[in-house]
Amino acid sequence: MELLRHFRSPDYARAVLDELHRITTRHWVIMEICGGQTHAIMQYGIDQLLPEKIELVHGPGCPVCVTPLELIDKALAIAAMPNVIFTSFGDMLRVPGSHQDLFSIRAAGGQVKTVYSPLDAVKIARENPDKEVVFFAIGFETTAPANVMAVIQAQNLGLTNFSILVSQALVPPAMHAILGSPENRVQGFLAAGHVCSIMGTQEYPPVAEQYRIPIVVTGFEPLDLLNGILMTVRQLEAGTCEVHNAYPRVVTQEGNLPAQAMIRKVYQVCDRQWRGIGMIPQSGWCLRPEYGAFDAEKKFDVGHIQTQESEICISGEVLQGRKKPHQCPAFGTLCTPRTPLGATMVSSEGACAAYYNFSRSGIAE
Amino acid sequence: METIHMQGPVCPIPLKHNETIVMGHGAGGKMSQELIRDLFQQVFDYEALKVGNDFGLVPLPADLPRPGRLAVSTDMHMVTPLFFPGGDIGRLAICGTVNDIAMSGGIPLALTAGFILEEGLPMQTLAQVAASMRAAADEAGVQIAAGDTKVAEKGSADQLFINTAGVAWVPDDIRIGGQYARPGDKVLVSGTLGDHGIAVLAARGELGFDADVESDVAPLNHLIAAVLAAAPHTHVLRDPTRGGLGTSLNEITHQAKVSIWLDENRLPVKPVVQAACEMLGFDPLYIANEGKLIVICPAEEADAALEAMRSHPYGQGAALLGEVRAADPGKVLLRTLIGGTRLVDSLSGEILPRIC
Repeated sequence: MELLRHFRSPDYARAVLDELHRITTRHWVIMEICGGQTHAIMQYGIDQLLPEKIELVHGPGCPVCVTPLELIDKALAIAAMPNVIFTSFGDMLRVPGSHQDLFSIRAAGGQVKTVYSPLDAVKIARENPDKEVVFFAIGFETTAPANVMAVIQAQNLGLTNFSILVSQALVPPAMHAILGSPENRVQGFLAAGHVCSIMGTQEYPPVAEQYRIPIVVTGFEPLDLLNGILMTVRQLEAGTCEVHNAYPRVVTQEGNLPAQAMIRKVYQVCDRQWRGIGMIPQSGWCLRPEYGAFDAEKKFDVGHIQTQESEICISGEVLQGRKKPHQCPAFGTLCTPRTPLGATMVSSEGACAAYYNFSRSGIAE
Repeated sequence: METIHMQGPVCPIPLKHNETIVMGHGAGGKMSQELIRDLFQQVFDYEALKVGNDFGLVPLPADLPRPGRLAVSTDMHMVTPLFFPGGDIGRLAICGTVNDIAMSGGIPLALTAGFILEEGLPMQTLAQVAASMRAAADEAGVQIAAGDTKVAEKGSADQLFINTAGVAWVPDDIRIGGQYARPGDKVLVSGTLGDHGIAVLAARGELGFDADVESDVAPLNHLIAAVLAAAPHTHVLRDPTRGGLGTSLNEITHQAKVSIWLDENRLPVKPVVQAACEMLGFDPLYIANEGKLIVICPAEEADAALEAMRSHPYGQGAALLGEVRAADPGKVLLRTLIGGTRLVDSLSGEILPRIC
């Protein structure tokens, strides 16, 4: 906590803000990739303190938000099965499928448990040999090591009653999708610090070069974010497009090599759907065929489930930085954290929920 | 085939069942009477209960300022585990209702206690909880004047649920309530936020790490009396239990049609609670407290109220958090550590740990 205090220091924040105000001469659009960054920006009111010319747009890096509705419906179907204990990170419980959420499954007698780590789900499987235990393995590169570790541990223990429902997304393909779109407005990226702590920074120089865009690996404390923004604006003003690391206390160039090796052992790259955005080629991980026994989608008969998204919800455009949450006709009225239409309103990392909880469009000015 | 030897009458004498609760303890017959006589009346040896009527008589103390009104409140208590660092369900059940009625600014007179016991509950556990209730009631200086017990089948209740209700005497010249918050008032809290919620989470062993923190569960009526003696024009007293400070303050802004402005750097939070919240993605503003008091009083009495709280064992960490304003009615706004402003909304549902 003592360390964190320095990264929340009002004096340091003021100094960085002064420098930002001094050097910013033009309107710049910067996207923070990660939902955790969006949350911190809103939580500390960082967006209100920046020069008016700097516009932050919120990226697709909320794992709860981009999990396809169809997969959530599959999760609900599995969780409702009589012999299943369905385990999940907490914020997935409130995400609505087409008709209900995991809370309602639980209320109807389904066994749904919140876990803090996928390894807890393995423990539950071990303690309940007569039940099928399923873990909802969602997340970006950050959660992958723990998710694959759960599979490896289950395999080592010889567990046949454990499986994972995989929804793993990858950041660089999403950046390509955003930057390659004709409607793209993003001129600089704050890359997601915790994703890079696993994967390192080497995936980004080709992106920076191809789209002529500066990318700064950024952390999650107010000073981390302000410093990341400053390093991005410096590049934008100077016309450079390099990859810089503003989170060196956590991120190295090569990343966490043992974690990467473990991920490669269990997962392979595949095409995947992003909620609100659509299919992005080679943008996810799924289990390798040799780990098929741990694949909940194969183990349970849910292949017939097909689902359409809400027609009002603009979460796809929000996730790509084209629209702000309060530009949605349903924002704060039809769609609130208690009655979310799209996933960006559900997770506390979702851009719509962050806007709703911390500002609600212009109130806090 | 074995021979059966008959030796006189074989009708077995029923077991006493004095180790665990069985359905018979709730049937209203002899077993119920034994439970009341041997367990509850041993601990709750109040005159009102001893008489054995369907009601308990509570005499009004002769020195109560008249005229006045009764403040009434009731609260249900279920917590897992039953015993946690700093308290247990019994202490929680007494303090919860004592605090609710004390927030009227009145003098707590009496409580009732209702128990739903799950079949199979160890008698020893019940005795421990009852003793803890007695200790908390003594600390608050309030008697338990009526009670009831029901037994639920195994699996129909989780060990032990307690309902408590209470009444307090509120002299007519005391006008305290959320609706009385006025622009210009100061907002104070009696100590650190979120201790109870994090202590209970840690005691469940679900955190995956140890958090050395105790629940703050405590009866606040004596602290309130000290505050009112020092700051007699206090407008609002509120205990921020479930939903935390953020939710309680939102209720007040809606009641009084005002806004409340907080300074983030004034919020008192223990480092261990802050650290647990950081790891789980929780905000201490929404974590439950069971022994904290929000005071909203005119600015000129704020220092005296703070001083009174800090002189009391349950208010040593008291802090000034912010103030009440007229603009933006219905909103709680927070000046962040680095100088931004954000909305503090009510908690919308269950607090959910974040994914990463």
